[in-house]
Amino acid sequence: MSTTRHRPAVDADELRRRVRELLDAHPPATTDRLDFLRARFDAGLAWVHYPAGLGGLDAPRSLQAVVDAELEAAGAPDNDPRRIGIGLGMAAPTILGFGTDEQRQRLLRPLWTGEEVWCQLFSEPGAGSDLAALATRAVRDGDDWVVDGQKVWTSSAHLARWAILIARTDPDQPKHRGISYFVCDMTDPGVEVRPLRQITGEAEFNEVFLTGVRIPDSRRLGEIGEGWRVAQTTLMNERVAIGGGRVPREGGMIGLVADTWRERPELRTHDLHQRLLRLWVESEAARLAGERLRQQLAVGQPGPEGSAMKLAFARLNQHISALEVELLGEEGLLYDDWTPRRPELVDFTGREAGYRYLRAKGNSIEGGTSEVLLNIIAERVLGLPPEPRTDKDVPWKDLPR
Amino acid sequence: MSAADLLYSEAEDDLRAAVRSLLTDRCPPATVMSEAESGRAYDVALWHALGAEMGTAGLLVPDKLGGQGATAREAAVVMEELGRAVAPVPYLTSAVLAAAALLGCDTGQEAVARLLGALAEGRTVGALAVPLSTMAVVPGDGTGAPAATVRADGDGALSGQVSGVAGAAGADVLLVPATGADGYGLYAVETAETSVTVEPLTSLDLTRPLAAVTLTGAPARRLAGPDRAEAAIGRALLTGAGLLASEQLGVAEWCLTETVRHTKERHQFGRPIGSFQALKHRMAALWLELVSARATARYAADALATDSPDTPVAVAVAQAHCAEVAVHAAEECVQLHGGIGMTWEHPAHLYLKRAKSDEIALGTPGRHRQALAGLVDLPAPTG
Repeated sequence: MSTTRHRPAVDADELRRRVRELLDAHPPATTDRLDFLRARFDAGLAWVHYPAGLGGLDAPRSLQAVVDAELEAAGAPDNDPRRIGIGLGMAAPTILGFGTDEQRQRLLRPLWTGEEVWCQLFSEPGAGSDLAALATRAVRDGDDWVVDGQKVWTSSAHLARWAILIARTDPDQPKHRGISYFVCDMTDPGVEVRPLRQITGEAEFNEVFLTGVRIPDSRRLGEIGEGWRVAQTTLMNERVAIGGGRVPREGGMIGLVADTWRERPELRTHDLHQRLLRLWVESEAARLAGERLRQQLAVGQPGPEGSAMKLAFARLNQHISALEVELLGEEGLLYDDWTPRRPELVDFTGREAGYRYLRAKGNSIEGGTSEVLLNIIAERVLGLPPEPRTDKDVPWKDLPR
Repeated sequence: MSAADLLYSEAEDDLRAAVRSLLTDRCPPATVMSEAESGRAYDVALWHALGAEMGTAGLLVPDKLGGQGATAREAAVVMEELGRAVAPVPYLTSAVLAAAALLGCDTGQEAVARLLGALAEGRTVGALAVPLSTMAVVPGDGTGAPAATVRADGDGALSGQVSGVAGAAGADVLLVPATGADGYGLYAVETAETSVTVEPLTSLDLTRPLAAVTLTGAPARRLAGPDRAEAAIGRALLTGAGLLASEQLGVAEWCLTETVRHTKERHQFGRPIGSFQALKHRMAALWLELVSARATARYAADALATDSPDTPVAVAVAQAHCAEVAVHAAEECVQLHGGIGMTWEHPAHLYLKRAKSDEIALGTPGRHRQALAGLVDLPAPTG
């Protein structure tokens, strides 16, 4: 009866209908996991806010929860998002925002299904908080770029098929302007991945040495020299990814220590009790702040609170795990395992308190140190003036190193 | 509890805008200062405009009882704005504590309904005659209300003393918890009676002065008996504590905003002092505290509004958290203003005094954490 030619708006009911269609055509019980994930992507139910044809339906981001709930209820496999967090949270939004049609078509589907794991080649030994100081060079050679340099703190590099890479393409420009953004093939013979053992004993991260790595110009994301701006998209999404996700009360690290407190009355002291209650309140406050942020995102008013969440959880994880080791007393003097291992993901709950205490130290360093995040909040949210800088307008090659 | 709406609705935003605009006009810091030094109990003209004309006095009171039929969510927005302005008006004491206590009585009783209507319209100012430091006792852990320090005799006349009552000076009616022959009750006493003495105390918070109330055979009307007085007073204290978190949020917000403004303008060593990381990080840390304080205050307001079973936890979390955030913000405000922050002339001290008093009001953070130990099963060590 309708005579308008508008595409019907994709609402929750429409999504449920499409989920049923997907499930009918590909019953999870009898469908291979990867086939199901591919079919889900092709049905636009991977990330509904992405464009049609790229795993989405141009639907509101908030409706993803509807799809996820329906599929979970039907026992459908998921894409194990924790294992491919860098691809989903960082690479994908950047490819969507800056990639060519060809790049989007080639890269997004296997990224989402997890067939191709991604890693991030950003930090360097000489460029941590000051990422724009990076020294990895990309020199044009015909249709290719030849890349030389060293990257560090690369999780999943040993599993990854692709990397998002930033490298210096023009050392004569000031540091922020001479950078370009590439997709690097991790199977290139010039890529060498070495495990980097950290204070927990395991090697979750890697050092990556790039020696004469050839990257075709067709794998550049964004314009030459615009890499810093492109990287901002990536990093913005990293902080959203770290801050997001709904958590029930006591769902985080506080739940582990609260359970120990309840089960082990012999460990209780008055001092620990006061500190535990304080941390419980702070955890609940942070949880509610995260929930409020989620509600803001759902109605399309994203605030700068994402970086607040990252800071809050870093501090809380450190204080709670420290308390837990202390609560355990004599047992806290022991450690579960120093064997060098290469875990696929960080699992705070699967190991003991000592591991949590040590691993949580990284929470205020990875993805932007707490100090840098405080600067960002001070300058971008509160509008406080920046510190005077001496490095912004000088050609990169002339900066002291 | 997961469905709690932690955002502000459009209507709540509109209400905020209206209250803020009134307070910007009528309650700038200079006015608050002169009002505080005037010896008057509260700013009568401002309260008339805010409570009666704008109708905020009746937000918690149902339409059919002469109020606005709103909820704790809207009242919380008003509290935020009043905190931002450290406004010397009896909103917390009359429109929240007294109104909530009356709402816990039998509103079918003519005396209760009449008094509620008068409070809701801002014609009458009420106060719950308990020390401001009183905390609601969690049901199941004891009684819902504090022990009464006032006795009711056979004729219903009240005698006794209550110290540290906020909003008693300037109130027309006191709601007095008292113990009579048949037990605990809540009584209404007119302050105009000669047997009622309200003696103003020199208070830390200049904008919410306390008074000592002495009753010597004061004629009183019993509004609730042993069957519901405790619950009514307990609910009022819980509502007050939950909404106080929003006031604390407002106090903290003003302190951070002013500190940021000041440190952007103030130059030392040839640059704005707000460009130094040592200061920036402190302000950014305050902003973080505000983000979570807002979430806890909204959660408490929503829990009160929807009568959620999680309300005692929500209120205890909000109080334990927001009280400390407000004090921290006010202390940082004084420090980062340097010498000017230490002067009587600059309003920072009004906020510090309000924040510190609010920290003790309706239960200190420590007592709220102690309540949580019982509520969420994290028991103290025995022995």
